[in-house]
Amino acid sequence: MGFNEDRKRYLAGLEDKTYFMLGDEACAYGAIFAGCDFFAGYPITPASEVAERLAEELPKAGGLCIQMEDELASMAAIVGASWTGGRSMTATSGPGFSLMQENIGYAIMTETPCVLVDVQRSGPSTGQATKPAQGDMMQARWGTHGDHNIIALSPNSAQECFDMMQECFNLADTYRTPVILLMDGEIGHIRESVTMPALSSIKPAARKMAKPGEDVFGGEELVPGITHYGMGQNVHVTGSTHKANGMRDVTTPHVHEALVKRIYNKIDDNREKIIRVEKDISQNGQSKIGVIAYGATARPSLGAVRAARDDGKNIDFMRLITIWPFARKQVAEFAKNLDMILVPEMNLGQISREIERFVNCKVVSVPKIGGVPHTVEEIYDAITEVAS
Amino acid sequence: MIIRFVGFGGQGIVLSSYIIGKSAVLDGKRAIQNQSYGSESRGGECRGDVIISDEEIYELEPVNQDVLVALTQPGYEKFIPHLKPGGTLIVDKDLVITDEKMEPENIARYAIPATDIAHKKFGRKIIANMVMLGYMNTLLNQVTFESLEKAVLENVPKGTEKLNLDAMREGIELAKQESAR
Repeated sequence: MGFNEDRKRYLAGLEDKTYFMLGDEACAYGAIFAGCDFFAGYPITPASEVAERLAEELPKAGGLCIQMEDELASMAAIVGASWTGGRSMTATSGPGFSLMQENIGYAIMTETPCVLVDVQRSGPSTGQATKPAQGDMMQARWGTHGDHNIIALSPNSAQECFDMMQECFNLADTYRTPVILLMDGEIGHIRESVTMPALSSIKPAARKMAKPGEDVFGGEELVPGITHYGMGQNVHVTGSTHKANGMRDVTTPHVHEALVKRIYNKIDDNREKIIRVEKDISQNGQSKIGVIAYGATARPSLGAVRAARDDGKNIDFMRLITIWPFARKQVAEFAKNLDMILVPEMNLGQISREIERFVNCKVVSVPKIGGVPHTVEEIYDAITEVAS
Repeated sequence: MIIRFVGFGGQGIVLSSYIIGKSAVLDGKRAIQNQSYGSESRGGECRGDVIISDEEIYELEPVNQDVLVALTQPGYEKFIPHLKPGGTLIVDKDLVITDEKMEPENIARYAIPATDIAHKKFGRKIIANMVMLGYMNTLLNQVTFESLEKAVLENVPKGTEKLNLDAMREGIELAKQESAR
């Protein structure tokens, strides 16, 4: 972890400059700035450019990039790489994300820090392979079986694709868990300006290491220290229910309960530290209508909100930056004085139903599928329809 | 300002939109570039869009454009209904036959022999897009020529820099003659 000489030399050539690049490419460079050591993946539209760019650039920065035989193997490879002490990641889209689910569960159960990028495309199945969507919101949350928590972030610009890779790796290492960058094909495939920061401003979070002989899967803390292969400690890493020392115990009820609850709670109890939202509240505080959006959809949504304000309507806006854990407290607070919340998203209402669970006002889904993002006008019309 | 380039894969359509977008960013403006193409690397329908603005860009895939640059007949026919009334149409006059009945109201129409110039003057049809770029930007004045040149130099294959710049300057001259008329 951290930057070796190869990495420093490589990043010195990029730092502190502005580029014009794809969201996918920004994600790849963001990963290198975040100290990603290892990428394993299998190409798929619209995520291929993440792998392409990393295949070209990561070795120059002293990292390793492998094209695996499929997405099952890719996910397995990044789990293994993480246990050697590296920051590891993969990138895929819907069909590949489905194939990764089993090993995401394995990463959760073995408390393996790693990052997955899902550049969402239109599904189910192969769907509209080249068209964007936001249809994996719930798959990111519940795609793998069993009780668990997950961290997922949603960028709304190429710049955020870059910046959030650092955040994803830091969260993964801080909470010893897989973290998902839940992009959409729209943001992945637009080119925008991306400013890469000065190297000196990068502060990768360090993994907490277990002391020699200390249990790697339990103890007093919600997030136990980890150890790495080759450090001399014998550790059993298993997806089966295990005791604090890693050894299997798949029959004792309290062993399972304690393990799964701790893994669940290490994210749940820290949700306020993890969650980020962005608000744009009408100045006079008189709004009765709000709009909540995320990812690509947040862009036309904010445009529509501002256009409606120009027409004299009071509308509040909130963008979910963290999707999971869900910002239930922030959403409830946002909804407190509202009569209605509109939720535009490029699916048939996945997050609108989640919002509904935490507010007392009416929630109106503004869905759009088919591979074309909402226009400002469409969301503006949805606002005026309910505001009149 | 929303500009759409349409044509076949291999005509430098996506590159043209990229170069304009990159130039705008070099000028300190905001820009979004977006594209759509078939799975064929050459010959399929291809479009490149670029949005340039001084302010935050909310619309990621605008339905209608201010400018349409068409290098093929099917591209022209498919996208001309999406040109805004009062917009600007630029076509390669040897490759596109325009039809006023299909066109929105009050558009400004320009037809230049970009591919022919590229072929006869430079012996390379492939640089017709550079003639178009120079022509279009002189007409519309969207990015500075300093940035445009820089973006061209950074993004064309090594060894072809002069060829591409010369083709672009040919387009600039053509537009200057046009406006002098």
